[in-house]
Amino acid sequence: MSSPDWVLKISGLVKRFQPDRPPVLDGIEFELRRGEYVAIMGESGVGKSTLLNLMAGLDRPDEGILSFYGQDLARLSDDAATRLRRHEMGFVFQAFHVLPYLTAADNVGLPLDLAGAPRPERDARVAAMLEAVGLAGHAGRFARELSGGEVQRVAIARALVHRPRLLLADEPTGNLDPRTAGQVLALLRAQVHAQGASGVLITHSRAAAETADRILVLDGRRLVPAGATA
Amino acid sequence: MRSTLAVVRTVALGRLREQPLRLVVTVLAVALGVALATAVYAINSGALSEFGLAARKLVGEADVVVRGARTGFDEDLFVRLLGDASVEEASPALEIELAPLGDHPPLAVLAVDPFRAAAVQRELVAGLGGELMALFRPASIALSAAAATELGVARGDEIQVRSGSGVQRLEVVQVLPAAAYPQRLGLMDIATAQWAFDRVGRINRIDLRLAGGVDVARFRTALEARLPPGVTTSGPAAERDRAANVTRAYRVNLNMLAMVALLTGAFLVFSTQALSVLRRRSSLALLRALGATRRQVEAALLAEGILLGAAGSAVGVLVGQAVAWLALARLGGDLGGGYLHAVAVVPRPEPTALLGFFLLGLVVTAAGAWVPAREAARAAPARALKAGDAEHAARRLRPAWPGLSLAALGAACALLPPVGGLPVFGYASVALLLFAGMLLVPATAAWLLGHVPGTRRAVVSVALAQLKGSAGQSAVSLAAIIVSFSLMVAMAIMVYSFRESFERWLGEVLPADLHMRVAQAADTAFWSAADQADIAALDGVRRVEFARQLSVYLEAGREPVQVIARRVSGESDFDGLPLVRGDLAAAPPGTARAWISEPVHDLYGLDVGHRFTLPLAGKAEMLTVAGIWRDYGRPGGAIVVDRDWYVATTGDGTASQGAIWLQPGARASDVEHAVRAEFPRGDALQVYTGGALKEMSLGYFDRAFAVTYLLEAVAVLIGLVGVSFAFGSQALARRAEFGMLRHVGMLRRQVVGMLAGEGVVLGLVGVLYGLVLGFLLSLVLVYVVNRQSFNWSIDLAVPWLQLGALSVVLVASAGVTAALSGRAATGTNALRAVREDW
Repeated sequence: MSSPDWVLKISGLVKRFQPDRPPVLDGIEFELRRGEYVAIMGESGVGKSTLLNLMAGLDRPDEGILSFYGQDLARLSDDAATRLRRHEMGFVFQAFHVLPYLTAADNVGLPLDLAGAPRPERDARVAAMLEAVGLAGHAGRFARELSGGEVQRVAIARALVHRPRLLLADEPTGNLDPRTAGQVLALLRAQVHAQGASGVLITHSRAAAETADRILVLDGRRLVPAGATA
Repeated sequence: MRSTLAVVRTVALGRLREQPLRLVVTVLAVALGVALATAVYAINSGALSEFGLAARKLVGEADVVVRGARTGFDEDLFVRLLGDASVEEASPALEIELAPLGDHPPLAVLAVDPFRAAAVQRELVAGLGGELMALFRPASIALSAAAATELGVARGDEIQVRSGSGVQRLEVVQVLPAAAYPQRLGLMDIATAQWAFDRVGRINRIDLRLAGGVDVARFRTALEARLPPGVTTSGPAAERDRAANVTRAYRVNLNMLAMVALLTGAFLVFSTQALSVLRRRSSLALLRALGATRRQVEAALLAEGILLGAAGSAVGVLVGQAVAWLALARLGGDLGGGYLHAVAVVPRPEPTALLGFFLLGLVVTAAGAWVPAREAARAAPARALKAGDAEHAARRLRPAWPGLSLAALGAACALLPPVGGLPVFGYASVALLLFAGMLLVPATAAWLLGHVPGTRRAVVSVALAQLKGSAGQSAVSLAAIIVSFSLMVAMAIMVYSFRESFERWLGEVLPADLHMRVAQAADTAFWSAADQADIAALDGVRRVEFARQLSVYLEAGREPVQVIARRVSGESDFDGLPLVRGDLAAAPPGTARAWISEPVHDLYGLDVGHRFTLPLAGKAEMLTVAGIWRDYGRPGGAIVVDRDWYVATTGDGTASQGAIWLQPGARASDVEHAVRAEFPRGDALQVYTGGALKEMSLGYFDRAFAVTYLLEAVAVLIGLVGVSFAFGSQALARRAEFGMLRHVGMLRRQVVGMLAGEGVVLGLVGVLYGLVLGFLLSLVLVYVVNRQSFNWSIDLAVPWLQLGALSVVLVASAGVTAALSGRAATGTNALRAVREDW
């Protein structure tokens, strides 16, 4: 794969859910540069999560180009898109989605296990990642034994342990109290930069968005810089 | 009250809206169980009420029935009883089974003095209408409508029946109206029958109507003391119950199988409700947090179960009644069992019974719903609101002591004797062991899953971790399939053991090249000594052995025992007597020996070395039990005596059956033709090779057990539906998890494969558990229930191939079902489900 300056490039993207209804996203233009951490804000229901799904190759646009490191995501098969996510992307969700029957270490190691990483390397990277998110002593604990903030740290560690080139975070602090949310956002930003990854943070919180390098707003089915709509 | 109704509405109707298809299928599963129970009952009850009606017509207004062996007793006894001051009316009778020529079953004939019978069997004789005198014509017979239809004759036609080795023609002088007698029956004048069938001066039954004020019990006791050996008395109730007694064990077994289906349905309700309640745990906790009381939540969930039960039971009783009609039309009153072949049964809906089965279904379903309802109502709302509490709740089922206690009680029940000839404690043992087995599932499943080795492969290790982490819920989801599979295993082992033993037994009791009998009914069909000599002299015959079979009463109130007079040589190639104890060695001079079948041992308490009296030809003969043999042909019991001794004692040299060993090079078909050619209408003689007879007998066996296979299959089907629900329910609950796995790079087919793997592992655990539990249950069925029901032993044999194939099918079904549930739960919605809170 060639390594252009940008990680993700979106051009003229249109997405509709029903043919006879106006599109949810209409003519989206967006570029994410290498190492950049961008926040996308918007009201509930404007299509933020739809946009995130499209960026992850989980959904297909009706029109436009969606390119990840020069690779057209819309042309990838489901399996190819899945493999791309497995190696190149990490996810953090609002509801954490940590598997309750796996320990923190096993949850973090899941992407490495799926990628078939050798055991010693896998264990070392999991331990390092847990330490990086401040959970070094919690490797053997299950989700029910951790607080909400700790569970989300596990989710962040899982999202970054396989050193993805793109991190997609969808309202990662929506279920946390403000103090913990602040800690988690700081950690997220620090880890994205520490890993040399790029990141997209979807949020409706101004405070959360301000932890990013750049803020865009999804408004009226288009993506515009924050200042443009204010 | 209003707030409780609001909670019920929210919980039950909410679920109906959420999972209508699953609820419909659960209702159908309950309906299936109730339908089977209703149908089996309706069929049995219909058959028995017809039998009861027929028996009532025969008994009429008799207070006491005096019975002797089929060969009969001297009619002097009738004359003596007629002179008894306590007796108001006495009617002598000769009950015989005729063998009509052609492909017809034996025809039961009651030969009476029509004038005397008119005073006792009023209704029956009234059926003759104005043709009473016609019965006095030589060689005449009146037939019931059912008999005339079966024989294909009408009034004025002639029927041919076997008499000795010859043929007797009888004129049909009247066909009774269908209402007069529901079964197949012939009615003859007693003198005509005695003359035609060489029974002059002999009768085998006297019906007595006692004078007013006579104490019937006291009269019977006094009469018993002065009756000749082998003649007993019975009351009208015992006469009416005779058919019911013969078929009781078979009917109880069928009822038990129907109950198995119902029980499996109950476990399905339990499993569905338990998983559904676990899934809705946080919603229920929310209701509690909003002010619903524990009692209201429990009532709501119980009401939900009762609604399911009511709907299922209502459909079940209606379908059951319809199935009874169909089954009777196609299989007859014994469902192919061969016990009630003479009955033309029409099932009549019994409102009380139908209501009973409706309530039974309701109670069983409510019980299945009550356990999870109670658990959910007891849960602390704060904890239940947290994700991951479902498994904590399921783990509460894990203590082993209740299961172990029930298992100990079940084992103790297996050691207790029968009650009233029925294995009541045997069935209790099966039920207790089954419940014990179910209570031990969570602990065992957790242990088994804990011992599944780990793996490096991500998909497999996630699947195993999920299973280990949710062992409690897995155990609940396995409940229905374990119940049905273990019972199916138990039944399969019992039936296979029985079939194997039966086949081996046939091989032993049919040692000759050709086996023959004059007719299926032996009362009037026999070979004389001259006939026997003719057969022995035929070309190709190396050796021939004849036997005489007759029935005698050993004890009042019991079914007759068959006495088989045959040569017992001690030569294993010829004896064909499968001994389980004792020996065949020649008896010391002057000693009469008998070999009793297992039912005689069990029913009369006789054992090797015991001495007992056998009523033969009006005398009581003392015999010593020399051995006990296995006999599957005569459930009432059989006693083998040496034929030479029998002929010397009774003077009866006739034979009703025989076995031929061929000379080397002789063809069985040639000898068979030669035997048939010796006698008039020889084509109607029953002559078979050992192989053909064995094949025919196994065919009857398989037909008799066809219904049990059907019921077992239904139970397993219900269990599989339960597994499918469990997987479907869990897959739905784990949709967001699958979405997350898809996000982090697990391929859709890997997720589906992971679920299929979980299904296979769970299926394996269920199958292994079911096999072990089923084997334990089969020990009770083989050694306790079978022995106490039928009084014969069978050797344990395990149908490895059948069980192996079934296990593979079940494990594969579990895998496929789980994969299908996974496919449905891993679509686009699963990707969106990650936005949902857990």
